[in-house]
Amino acid sequence: MLKTFRIGGIHPKENKFSAGKSIESIAIPTEVIVPLAQHIGAPCQPVVKRGDEVKVGTLLGKSVGFVSANIHSPVSGKVKKIDKALDASGYKREAIFIDVEGDEWEETIDRTDTLVRECNLSTKEIIEKIASAGIVGMGGATFPTHVKLTPPPGTKAEVLIINGVECEPYLTADHMLMMQKTEEILVGTQLLMKTVNVNRAVIGIENNKPDAIQKFTQAAKSYPGIEVQALKVQYPQGGEKQLIDAVMRRQIASGALPISVGAIVQNVGTAFAVYEAVQKNKPLVERVVTVTGKDVTNPCNVLSRIGVPLRDLIDFAGGLPENTGKVISGGPMMGKAVASIDIPVTKGTSGVLIIATLEARRKQMKDCIRCAKCVSICPMGLNPTTLMTLTEYEVWDKAEKEKITDCIECGSCSFICPSDRPLLDYIRLGKGKVMGIMRARKN
Amino acid sequence: MKNKLVVSPSPHVHSGDTISKNMYGVLIALVPAFIVSLYVFGIDALILTAFSVLFCVITEYGVQRFMFKKEPTISDGSAIITGVLLAFNVPSNLPLWILAIGAIAAIGIGKMSFGGLGNNIFNPALLGRVFLLISFPAQMTSWPLPSTIEAIDGVTAATVLENIKYNPSALPSISDMFFGLESGSIGEMSVMALLLGLIYMLWKKIITWHIPISILLTVAIFAGGVYLIDPSPTNNPLIHLLSGGLMLGAVFMATDYATSPLTHKGMIIYGIGIGVVTMCIRLWGSYPEGVSFAILLMNGLTPLINNYVKPKRFGEVVKNG
Amino acid sequence: MNMMLMAVGILGAVGAGGATILYFIGQKFKVDEDPRIEPVQDVLPGVNCGACGFPGCNAFAIACVEADELDDLNCPVGGAETMASVASLLGKTASKAAKKIAVVRCNGTCDNRPRKNEYDGATSCAIAAQLYGGDTDCSFGCYGLGDCEAVCPFDAIHVNPVTLIPEVDEEKCTACNKCVVACPKNIIELRKQGPKSRRIFVSCMNQDKGAPAKKSCDVACIACGKCVKACPFEAITITNNLAYIDDDKCRLCRKCVPVCPTGSIWELNFPPPRKKEPEAEATTVDA
Repeated sequence: MLKTFRIGGIHPKENKFSAGKSIESIAIPTEVIVPLAQHIGAPCQPVVKRGDEVKVGTLLGKSVGFVSANIHSPVSGKVKKIDKALDASGYKREAIFIDVEGDEWEETIDRTDTLVRECNLSTKEIIEKIASAGIVGMGGATFPTHVKLTPPPGTKAEVLIINGVECEPYLTADHMLMMQKTEEILVGTQLLMKTVNVNRAVIGIENNKPDAIQKFTQAAKSYPGIEVQALKVQYPQGGEKQLIDAVMRRQIASGALPISVGAIVQNVGTAFAVYEAVQKNKPLVERVVTVTGKDVTNPCNVLSRIGVPLRDLIDFAGGLPENTGKVISGGPMMGKAVASIDIPVTKGTSGVLIIATLEARRKQMKDCIRCAKCVSICPMGLNPTTLMTLTEYEVWDKAEKEKITDCIECGSCSFICPSDRPLLDYIRLGKGKVMGIMRARKN
Repeated sequence: MKNKLVVSPSPHVHSGDTISKNMYGVLIALVPAFIVSLYVFGIDALILTAFSVLFCVITEYGVQRFMFKKEPTISDGSAIITGVLLAFNVPSNLPLWILAIGAIAAIGIGKMSFGGLGNNIFNPALLGRVFLLISFPAQMTSWPLPSTIEAIDGVTAATVLENIKYNPSALPSISDMFFGLESGSIGEMSVMALLLGLIYMLWKKIITWHIPISILLTVAIFAGGVYLIDPSPTNNPLIHLLSGGLMLGAVFMATDYATSPLTHKGMIIYGIGIGVVTMCIRLWGSYPEGVSFAILLMNGLTPLINNYVKPKRFGEVVKNG
Repeated sequence: MNMMLMAVGILGAVGAGGATILYFIGQKFKVDEDPRIEPVQDVLPGVNCGACGFPGCNAFAIACVEADELDDLNCPVGGAETMASVASLLGKTASKAAKKIAVVRCNGTCDNRPRKNEYDGATSCAIAAQLYGGDTDCSFGCYGLGDCEAVCPFDAIHVNPVTLIPEVDEEKCTACNKCVVACPKNIIELRKQGPKSRRIFVSCMNQDKGAPAKKSCDVACIACGKCVKACPFEAITITNNLAYIDDDKCRLCRKCVPVCPTGSIWELNFPPPRKKEPEAEATTVDA
């Protein structure tokens, strides 16, 4: 029997139109905008100034604090200005504008395609390389990878889980990366295993990608300790907690870290980026993005530099359809609707999804009929309808007892609700408030 | 692009599930029972059901339009279900004016006085039925013989449960009870038809198994226990499972969304409660049948169950390893 | 007859017994309350809005009784009048806090600030603020979703359905501070009501630089500094590309109003100026 997580779960329509489309590189525009906050944590401190010449891979922003990540120039050219620019967060934030000239790379970067399996670096050196390359979780959460690889003292990892689930409908970027960069991902996995000192790694892939499962099972034979686990298709299996439950049959307690059950989870995209950073000296300056949608002429997977506006990616896929209602950065369940298509691709942009006018708008909200569907599908075992009511009436102490802070914001409750209630909208708000209250109490 | 981009929080897709889809699903599940009732009671069943639905819908429309002053939501189908279920719970020779009072009580008192769909504490159809049972006990408990059993029109007969209480020798055969060839309210007799409805609703994921199965199991175990002590036919668990309003109550009434608990654990507690109260009334109460009262009682306890029984939280209950 | 007497006797005995028990329990658990608290509470408005900073009118009354001076205590709802009667009841002197009123510092109406996208989430400013900067290019302005209206206990603030900017009803506003807290953009401020309700303020919160600010909204403060120079009392300061008028220093001379190139400085309830301005506000903070 195929494994999956044990509480809740839904089956949204997959709509993976771009599956099987090879990754194509897209042209570099004349100007790119590189936001200084592309990760969870403190934004970078810019180390370049107006008029500076940069090459691909030149450090633009230095990380400040422990939870932060470096940012490198994705293009070569001249720094135009450092100013505020709208990004996917929906707010204007500091960004570096670069006028593109040619495509010159830093000399240290190995741009060949040859696979490098050998690595004689120590654990510490590998983590340092990952940190200096500015690698963050590529699945969308954008948590700095080197922080995740430095578990708190006194804890010990047993298994490294590589997340190849890609449970978001529409998205195929990870799938195609797995198909085309199988060996590189496996080498990256080996490097990650070395950093956290484990001898077992499991690559979890959902059963709707049989080609990837087969390819990895074949290739993993020459990589001791790495195994492939096929998983039953169910959303949100790509969630860290759900994936650990599915693979290891272990559930993380409320508020605890994955390391508490001996697991460390990394995305396949991250594993690939780690390979490139460690073996090829290449910082994180580009990523694979799925550009898709029901009415998109040519749904595709593109390799895009960071800082390229979404508009260019959409044009590459055949332009914005007439009936566009909504453009989403990421997948349909957890992605962010953007206010403008001129915002840049960042490290966390896994997809650009275009939804038609008819589907874009929500339906009128009706009274809760207490059908309890949200309760039975919640993958965290929460009670969404009650949490929404508690948030509406601002009963924060009760919301805290009902574990509102456990919500992973997967959106399953809003997805399933027959009364079209914006459950997650309210729960997200309440979660933020309760977390603020808890933080204030600690201090 | 002509339109402005729409911006909203995630998720950006919806399952397409709606209130009316669920409600009409329940109605489809009621079709087999309706067909049996037409076969057994003839045109009377049709007239009563149509009349009951009409009155329920009119009451709901009237209250929403003229008292709530908002757009009526009769098209969601919930008032139709209440109408059908109310009609299924009365004898086929019930005068129409009594049924009309029941319909107004069901929707007006049972549902709208609490604020409408989703806010009601008690199952509206059952509330209407109990309202009638207490107000018009004679009319509500004289069941005509099924037309399939050769008899002169107008003769009434006792239900299985009345026989258990007062005349144990007149019990029908198990197979008649399964297919619905006995005396009783319009929609409650055919266990087979009701089970078909249950299977349909489970298949369409309109309800989960927890409530109906826990009720039926509790009744079977309870009656079985008593049968072991005193093996008289009146205690036969099979007869208790197949008779009276148990199947209709367990499948269609107890599973009403608004009046049943939210969590699976809570649903099971609720189901066990209904089963126990039903059997207590049946075996030791003064009424021959107790499903309605049992469900209404547990409806009243539902908020309490919701308050104390929490869902199975991630990482809290499940054993690791 | 006997039966009746018996019934009366039993019930009477039960009643008497219960009364005795209750009397002793009442004595035992009696709470001594300052007798001054009740009359003070009686003169308070009794809406328990919490605007004074205490959980309710009772708590405020206790605080008033216990305080040595009433300087720090003010009931914004009742105003000076209520405080004066509280003071006379307690034989203390009331503070002379000037009456304040809520002021909406955004004029980004649909005409002034073109909408660039369309919000389609739950109708709540707090939820929209968590999502993004808003449906215009100005990420400091009003969402128009009415969290202030929902939270107001006095029905004193309403979002104008045409302009989508909230308007304060001067008659009803008690400066209870609830809308100020509710607004995720901090647009609403409590300012001195001023003599004859006359007041001057900058009706903008945009901290962008001049060019983008002006581009996103016709009436944005562009931080040009003209008002700062025009003010004879040094009441105006510019921080983060935004002018702010200190209502403690402002003497309502109105010199800053005509110099503002974008019209983001507002004067309310002044007699119409010599040269006809398009809008002379009557009683409401019009948008």
